[in-house]
Amino acid sequence: MKIDASHVEEAAKELYIRALKVLPPDIKRGFDTLAAKESNVTGRAVLGTMIQNIEVAEQTDNLLCQDTGIPIYNVTIGTNVEIGGPELREAIRRGCERATREYPLRSSVVHPLTRKNNHTSTGPGVPVIHYDFSADAETLIIEMVPKGSGSENNSWLKMAVPAEGVDAIKAFVIDCILDAGGRTCPPTIVGVGVGGTADLCVHLAKQAATRALGSQCQDPEGHALEQELSAVVNELGVGAQGLGGDSTAFAVHVELAATHITMNPVAVNMQCHSARRSSATFTPKGVEYGF
Amino acid sequence: MAHYDITTPISDADVRKLSVNDTVTLSGTLFGIRDATQIHMFDHGRETRFDLSGHAVIHTAPNVRKVEPSEQYPAGYAPVCIGTTTSARMERFTRPLMKKNGVRMVIGKGGLLDDSLAAFGDLGGVYLAIIGGTAALETTWIEAIEDVDLDDLNPESLWKFRVRDFGPLLVAMDSHGKSLYTTVRSDSRGRRDQVLANLGVKQR
Repeated sequence: MKIDASHVEEAAKELYIRALKVLPPDIKRGFDTLAAKESNVTGRAVLGTMIQNIEVAEQTDNLLCQDTGIPIYNVTIGTNVEIGGPELREAIRRGCERATREYPLRSSVVHPLTRKNNHTSTGPGVPVIHYDFSADAETLIIEMVPKGSGSENNSWLKMAVPAEGVDAIKAFVIDCILDAGGRTCPPTIVGVGVGGTADLCVHLAKQAATRALGSQCQDPEGHALEQELSAVVNELGVGAQGLGGDSTAFAVHVELAATHITMNPVAVNMQCHSARRSSATFTPKGVEYGF
Repeated sequence: MAHYDITTPISDADVRKLSVNDTVTLSGTLFGIRDATQIHMFDHGRETRFDLSGHAVIHTAPNVRKVEPSEQYPAGYAPVCIGTTTSARMERFTRPLMKKNGVRMVIGKGGLLDDSLAAFGDLGGVYLAIIGGTAALETTWIEAIEDVDLDDLNPESLWKFRVRDFGPLLVAMDSHGKSLYTTVRSDSRGRRDQVLANLGVKQR
């Protein structure tokens, strides 16, 4: 299946705008689940306002949140997909720039030292693009995640040691949630990376934070850990927006990788309640948009 | 837990009437301010031509569309999506913003810290919590972008909005030394050990 770079560019533009406007159905259901259980008066009011905002964004065709985030594109390339690598990368970058200029979106991206904003949402290394491969024939999937800064500014890595065991992982996750308080715009999806190298561990935490509610870690031990943490996280009382109550997190997600005999790394990255994502699937039939 | 409809600016006496858990709805002028705005104002000595005394500022950098200036869009900007950012990053600017520019109300999300709380007591001010991430709704409370200063910092310019029925906002930090964030934080930290015990974590 040959893929035209101009179609990728168009999709990269469309995906950014779509992600900013409509929340995926799993996140909407997540709100309903939390709202049904919330016992705190302020917490109920906060969740009510968030749910109202989702409706207003759809009715007024507006962005859910002013934070257009750091644009991240996750590309999954199936078998028999034909497109040049550099061509694909540049098409995504152009689409991201066009979304910013043509909509227009606030460019939230600056040079890290000069703080100069080119008003394109791009710069060195941004958009962040990850590439992966799948066994699906003639299928190219591009997922877009605008990662908000409120949640991203609260990211942690601890290179624990083996003697500290799984207890170190659990305690670290709880302490990160307490440390973040309301700054991450709770309710959040708490993403936990376990194992790997330092950089892989942080990446796993991001993957965990940005996957759909209801999805699960493919490793059985990882899944057991995410269930265990999810069951207690809302006992902390941080609550929606850090104003107290039972809605600290939608869920805790875990992703893991093998690690070194001397290492026990754990990383935490959170996704805010505006847990936005969109995806485009290219097949011989055309392009289909979803979440 | 009273509700107040306030038209900005507000006096010292009136702002000191507000207590944590009261709610406030604002009308009139509201200024938008952000990291770079305040870094330039307080670290680089930039002055603004706006009079902020008695006014409210909101921690924001909006999405806007550049248009021809008109009666509807006096600053040449149409609002697209205006929302609120995390306040804690800008903690060190609360006191100078109040002392030098006379600001009395700071609107943001996630709360400010101890020095800001002390400044609210010393100089007469409050922190009003808005629900972060609800910008589509917030945008409907903004009538117009009336003016803009320090626009070379766009989108982190100093924005002058005209608002109507902006809120309800929750008084989360007041001039009497109360902070809802401190209360929640201390409560949630108090639950830490029980939660870890529920997870079977042995504390060494």
